Amino acid sequence: MNVPAETASLAKRDSVIDWAALRDDFPILRGTVNGHPLVYLDNAASSQKPQQVIDAIRHYYEHDNANVHRGIHELSNRATEAYEGARQRVADFINADSCDEIVFTRGTTEGLNLVANTWAFDNLREGDTILLTEMEHHSNLVPWQMLAQRIGAQLDFIELTGDDGQLDLQWLDEQLARARLLSLTHISNTMGTVNPVAEICARARAAGVVTVVDAAQSAGHTPVDVQAIGCDFLAFSGHKTCGPTGIGVLYGRRELLEAMPPYQGGGEMISKVEYRDVTFNVIPHKFEAGTPNVAGAVGLHVALDYLDAIGREAIFEHDQRLAKRACERLAEIEGIRLFGPAEDRSAVVSFVLPDAHALDLATMADQKGVALRAGHHCNQPLLAKLGVPATARASFYFYNTEAEVDRFIEVLHEVRKMFV
Amino acid sequence: MANFLDTTVDELIENFEFLGDWEERFAYLIELGKKLPPLDESEMVEDNRVHGCQATVWLRMLPISGEPLAFEIRADADAFIVKGLIAVLLLVYSGRTAQQITATDCTETFARLGLDKHLSPTRRNGLHSMVSRIKALAAESVAQTV
Repeated sequence: MNVPAETASLAKRDSVIDWAALRDDFPILRGTVNGHPLVYLDNAASSQKPQQVIDAIRHYYEHDNANVHRGIHELSNRATEAYEGARQRVADFINADSCDEIVFTRGTTEGLNLVANTWAFDNLREGDTILLTEMEHHSNLVPWQMLAQRIGAQLDFIELTGDDGQLDLQWLDEQLARARLLSLTHISNTMGTVNPVAEICARARAAGVVTVVDAAQSAGHTPVDVQAIGCDFLAFSGHKTCGPTGIGVLYGRRELLEAMPPYQGGGEMISKVEYRDVTFNVIPHKFEAGTPNVAGAVGLHVALDYLDAIGREAIFEHDQRLAKRACERLAEIEGIRLFGPAEDRSAVVSFVLPDAHALDLATMADQKGVALRAGHHCNQPLLAKLGVPATARASFYFYNTEAEVDRFIEVLHEVRKMFV
Repeated sequence: MANFLDTTVDELIENFEFLGDWEERFAYLIELGKKLPPLDESEMVEDNRVHGCQATVWLRMLPISGEPLAFEIRADADAFIVKGLIAVLLLVYSGRTAQQITATDCTETFARLGLDKHLSPTRRNGLHSMVSRIKALAAESVAQTV
């Protein structure tokens, strides 16, 4: 029943991608903001949705909506098929061995909290070490802090080398030798760093350390293959991958998921219930208490079809092209501080100007239709380490154009004049 | 009390209405921000920080001798639009007595400036944090003198 990503397929005809035609699939990008054409450069916070995804959600509610798994009637069967079909689609998208290893969540945050509260709570003891990096989003820091406080575990961090946003891996084996669990981001939401997760996970595995990868910034932008990465858990969000809000994915390796206790109790996650006893359902249902976000899963299915029709290698190349152009133009500004690697970076570009505060820049850019992010990007410890209260951030996606990069730079120059 | 803007709330509202679009109004706020007397480095300390704002904001209330006791409010921020908003707040609250401060609602002023609709929700929260701080400091000083 899902609407195929027709336009995406058409736009890719003869293996030459017509990026402008893809952009036409996104109704919101035709809009204006404060009287100017919208230039949406806040994709690291949330991506926009193609018409195909919007239509699929509408179609689901107009034709197939019912509760899943328990029904005997036609609509419930359709809803169940749609929901479980989405699960298989996710498994294919990240090359999981089986759809049993795919747990639907609200988003990356819930996936990370689930691991902290189930596998980690069950397996970590007082005095154990949880290894993180200094560039983690609060969603991959605070759940571990909360767990560490509860069980008396401690946190250790892989340090940053500096403004270039690279992880300092020279002590990694020593740090792994002391750790039980490593959780790290694939792509930094502030610095745009692409971490060598496969290499790090291989070294962790050799040290017997369980690995969790935060793929919120990577899943929709670059190929993510859980078997090639070799992680134990991986989490991402639908809304950053052209899908709806409120749906996310937690991948977990079968042996770990099977041995883990459930996260929340309720309907769907049980197989037998008595007044004083309960037998839990099999994976992945054991982790999905209550009526799930079926419409979200349906939308996510189509979003992943859409991304794969374009190809994530091509999306990453496009991202990099725009980021490179933006970084080159930004570097021309005297006194600017640019964060993240000079090369091989993702499409997240953070910077601080010498004469204008990030909040002022973003507010005035918004008056000219350019959507930027300004602030700490849910990365307060990282910004404290870098010694800045806030950065401005432009983050690109495949529907952004080189003309938009130029417009962003032009607006930045116009706006700067107001503060000197 | 003579103020650094040398204007009244009504004049400010008039100036605002005269300006065409919101880009110009934000530019005007930035100019107000530039006129805000800066705090000394020694005043930019944790005790004077107002949390809940996206920008870094410091705020002090200094008693002005006289009866009843009035307060000069001194505040600063690291972003100009926030400084501009502080300038408007100071126009409403600085030089007033504790009783006047606690009794004054600035919502109407910000509504007349149209800022209630054109400030982002996070900015409105930040503004609310500043007003709460001003009122809390005023109430505190009253409690101390009683």
